Amino acid sequence: MEANELISTVQSLEPAATLRDKVDRPAMSVPKESVPALMRRLRDEPALSFDMLCAHTAIDWHNENRIELVYQLYSTKHRHYLAVFVSLLRDMPVVTSVSDVWRIAEWQEREVYDMFGVLYRSHPDLRRILLDDDWKGFPLRKDYKDEFMLEAPK
Amino acid sequence: MSAITVTSLDERIRRSIGADGGASTTQEYFVNMGPQHPSTHGVLRLVLKLDGENVREVIPVLGYIHRGVEKMGEHLSYRQFVHLTDRLDYLSALANNWAVAKAVEKAANIETNERIETIRTIVAELQRIASHQLWWGVFGMDLGAFTPFLYGFRDREKISDILEETIGARLTMNYIQPGGVMFDIHPDFQRKVKEFLTYFRPKLEEYETLLTQNVIVQERMRGVGVLTAEKAVSMGATGPVLRASGVAHDLRRSEPYGVYAKAAFDVPVGRNGDCWDRYWVRIEEIRQSMRIIEQLIDNIPEGKHLVVKPAVRTKVPEGIHYSQVETARGIFGVMLVSDGKDVPYRIHVRTPNFNNLWTVTETAPGWRVADLVTIISSLDIVVPDIDR
Repeated sequence: MEANELISTVQSLEPAATLRDKVDRPAMSVPKESVPALMRRLRDEPALSFDMLCAHTAIDWHNENRIELVYQLYSTKHRHYLAVFVSLLRDMPVVTSVSDVWRIAEWQEREVYDMFGVLYRSHPDLRRILLDDDWKGFPLRKDYKDEFMLEAPK
Repeated sequence: MSAITVTSLDERIRRSIGADGGASTTQEYFVNMGPQHPSTHGVLRLVLKLDGENVREVIPVLGYIHRGVEKMGEHLSYRQFVHLTDRLDYLSALANNWAVAKAVEKAANIETNERIETIRTIVAELQRIASHQLWWGVFGMDLGAFTPFLYGFRDREKISDILEETIGARLTMNYIQPGGVMFDIHPDFQRKVKEFLTYFRPKLEEYETLLTQNVIVQERMRGVGVLTAEKAVSMGATGPVLRASGVAHDLRRSEPYGVYAKAAFDVPVGRNGDCWDRYWVRIEEIRQSMRIIEQLIDNIPEGKHLVVKPAVRTKVPEGIHYSQVETARGIFGVMLVSDGKDVPYRIHVRTPNFNNLWTVTETAPGWRVADLVTIISSLDIVVPDIDR
């Protein structure tokens, strides 16, 4: 499906979705409340059928006090891509898990929790994945500091 | 005269359990496989829930060699970040380099030339062969046959030698960079690659007679660890693991980069998604890679090998830039988040092995521990790529 057509189809499913600019592929920002229901429809709608979650990660916009989640979707049937962005408050990043839509989300979400501290509602097994269970802080946040870190030379 | 009944070992054990009035029963227990274990291919730990020798559940535990590559990337220029990517999947170092180079070139509008793209394609395919050779050898060893290991490494050595001459390294290669390749190819490169192809073609047939046509090996692979197409897609598996399950998704074909569009090659696709299909797909991919190299090696156009001065710290326009390549294990993607500086604001790497590994939680339960070793080996995982 062409980019314009893709975006208008997503907008018909979720009227609150807006275009996310400065991304080199079709990209939409959606409110966090719509996440599980919209994601399920993106997967099940025959014209879209986004059956693969290629990657799920986050970006810490420290100065704007928000964390932006990125869902990179791909359809093995139609061979098109879509990036879905969800903004969360940095102080209270909570969103519903999509692990029952795509199996792999269970582990990708664990990584985002591990690195950014995003909490996923109704996740079957939310715990750290790469770091130790007793690690303090979330390393990929921009304000993360620990005693082992070296300062970059000026 | 009473009838004679023949019993089985299971029956004998069950009788023994009952003999003490039911005090002893079978019991599920947990065993750690790894982090130091010869068949987990690195520091990967699997917590196994076993019933006797039957696997009930697999819980992978990661992070033993997590180095924080993404955090380091936030303090390095794009060209410097290339030097971290080969420490992820060290058997696909060149393809990983390429993913970063491709992302930066697309974002900063750097036009490369035909020579650069052809060289990149050839070296990436050479390394795909080398990677599959190593996998084949190790796969044989995991199944209990030591000879394939020696054969695989003997032939991989030839590719290492060829690449060393041009690139200067044998394992952690940093060759492809934004705006070109670091050095022009060695004067002997084309001749040696052609010599290698003539040398290796009969050797590949030898691989087939040694391992593929071995009945024991076939019995241990056929029907073991079946991954359905639907599950493979839902678990985000890519590369040979996905294609063995019957989904013909290969970036070299669906979104050609480099000069793949110019070369004729087939994408091998399996039917059942068992270990046998994953094995067969990789063997066939070696053949296809040799076909690609054969078509390109005599047609490297003239031109510069680098279009950007190495000292330049390339600035990337503000925005999110994504690029991906097909490595020997699947799709390696790089997401650059730029705020217009010469250092990324955030960099995310999507590694194929991270997603491929989790399929083991679906495929292994119900099989024995020895089959689990086969299944893991057939996924061809590289642990630094999972842990990043």
